[in-house]
Amino acid sequence: MAKYIIKRFALMVITVLIIATLTFFLMNLLPGSPLNEERSTNEAVQQNLEAHFNLDEPLIVQYVLYLKSIATLDFGPSIKQPTETVNSLLSRGFPISAELGIWTILTAVISGIALGVFAALKHNGLIDYIAMTVAVLGISVPNFVLATLLIQELAVNRDFFPAATWSSPAHMVLPILALATGPMAIIARLTRSSMLETLTQDYIKTARAKGLSPVKVIIKHALRNALMPVVTILGTLMAGILTGTFVIEKIFAIPGMGKYFVDSINQRDYPVIMGTTVFYSAFLVFMLFLVDIAYGLLDPRIKLHDEGGG
Amino acid sequence: MLPAAREKETHHHEVPDEWFKPKEKDEQQAESVVRPSLSYWQDAWRRLKKNKLAMSGFFFLVFLGIMAVFGPILSPHSVSEQVLSNQNQSPSVTHWFGTDDLGRDVFTRTWYGARISLFVGLMAAFIDFFIGVTYGGISGYKGGRTDNVMMRIIEILYGLPYLLVVILLLVVMGPSLLTIIIALTVTGWVGMARIVRGQVLQIKHNEFVLASQSFGAKTKRIIRKNLLPNTMGPIIVQMTLTVPTAIFAEAFLSFLGLGIQSPFASWGVMANDALGTILSGHWWRLFFPAFFISATMFAFNVLGDGLQDALDPKLRR
Repeated sequence: MAKYIIKRFALMVITVLIIATLTFFLMNLLPGSPLNEERSTNEAVQQNLEAHFNLDEPLIVQYVLYLKSIATLDFGPSIKQPTETVNSLLSRGFPISAELGIWTILTAVISGIALGVFAALKHNGLIDYIAMTVAVLGISVPNFVLATLLIQELAVNRDFFPAATWSSPAHMVLPILALATGPMAIIARLTRSSMLETLTQDYIKTARAKGLSPVKVIIKHALRNALMPVVTILGTLMAGILTGTFVIEKIFAIPGMGKYFVDSINQRDYPVIMGTTVFYSAFLVFMLFLVDIAYGLLDPRIKLHDEGGG
Repeated sequence: MLPAAREKETHHHEVPDEWFKPKEKDEQQAESVVRPSLSYWQDAWRRLKKNKLAMSGFFFLVFLGIMAVFGPILSPHSVSEQVLSNQNQSPSVTHWFGTDDLGRDVFTRTWYGARISLFVGLMAAFIDFFIGVTYGGISGYKGGRTDNVMMRIIEILYGLPYLLVVILLLVVMGPSLLTIIIALTVTGWVGMARIVRGQVLQIKHNEFVLASQSFGAKTKRIIRKNLLPNTMGPIIVQMTLTVPTAIFAEAFLSFLGLGIQSPFASWGVMANDALGTILSGHWWRLFFPAFFISATMFAFNVLGDGLQDALDPKLRR
């Protein structure tokens, strides 16, 4: 197990390094220096600015300095908003986005598993049919379409929820709903198919034959095994939710990370785009790492495999 | 044999001559006994036809393809034609889907968007197909150290967040149809490569591969002629599911302002433009692009699901 964790950790570091390197060289490919974008400055000021941002150093030195700044979690300044740095945007936006993300994941996982289990238990019944139709629709409707429909129906036409911003629990309902539906649908489909497979296994029959109550068999014996595939896709789902926050925060005017990111794209604020991309990627890769470790801890077969394989 | 006949036999009664007549050779009857012989593809098509949901998805996509080609011609208005006196008109006889805030015809723009979406989706699927199949085929067939190195590369690429890389590339390359397709395929082929490699690993030890090898066939020929035809099922399913992913990504990027630029129309651009008008009640501006994005993704998803069942030999009855 320790070996597995070390291997995964090394892979994670390499992935982040590749993203950081890619970002750095792409940023250098962009025409023009980040500094001469706006107004013309005189020669001395220009030189001082370049020295301040280490732009007068050779590329390789800049690269090392850049890696150092990433290692110390300092993502640099914004060029379009002189008073802001990527870090100040991060520290303001990230808690809000994290709140949105955590609620979305909880909603998606709980409702998705429940929907999948009910569908599997009533296989080919009405509930199964309805649940799977909802699931395919949930996968097919993009979150930004769903978000606008929800605003139109539940905020504009009927005054159930506020249409935008992020200040009270009522404000959070529509964004979470819009963001959670897609992942929920994916989880529901996966839970259903894996549950259907698990329910035909011999150990389920044994558990039933022992006289355990059906509820106990389903929760303790079937669900526990059926949920393993769900754990594996949690990382991918997190990536989807994270990118989803870009559009959801834009639509609902939520002052989170995603909104700053989209604003920086529209303003072509390159240092902010690059800095946030590296931050997002590192965050996601770390999450994938955690999910893999959790999977290794949950599934005893991985440990066996690791010992056998040396 | 009839029970009565059996009785006669056992009792050594007189046996009528007509019992010993040779059975007439009736070719047609002989054929009718066994079930018709079907190739893999015929059987898959037969099973797909029984799946009503998948077939409705298929017919919707055919319809969409036809409309993407001929839809803009049906309408007298062009994609970028702006008539400022016709701003935000609701659907009518002259403008079937209404007009937008610049007086552009939503009907024409919707089918133009269908062109963009289908083009992006199909191109992404085909490029993923070529790179992924080549990479996965070589990796799986060569095995050993080659496979190990190739798989490490895939593992790293797989860990890169897809849409973030795409956004990064688009920021640098600048948004256009070509750069979107490039950005989508830079890491998009990884899934296909993994599937092909897994399939090739399963079948490469079969006798027909060995036979080919003993005839001196080159690696390229074995992969192309022996291995790939036998993995087409999963490959096609993966391609069907790549298309909606690419269509979603294009709409998503256009929605963020990184996609197709005005005056051209894509469903994502139209939905983004319509966002500000929800409160003013111009529902048609959002409804048509939103409906067609969702319906197209739905159609590809159900068709992919249907193909998955139809092309799985284990489910053959």
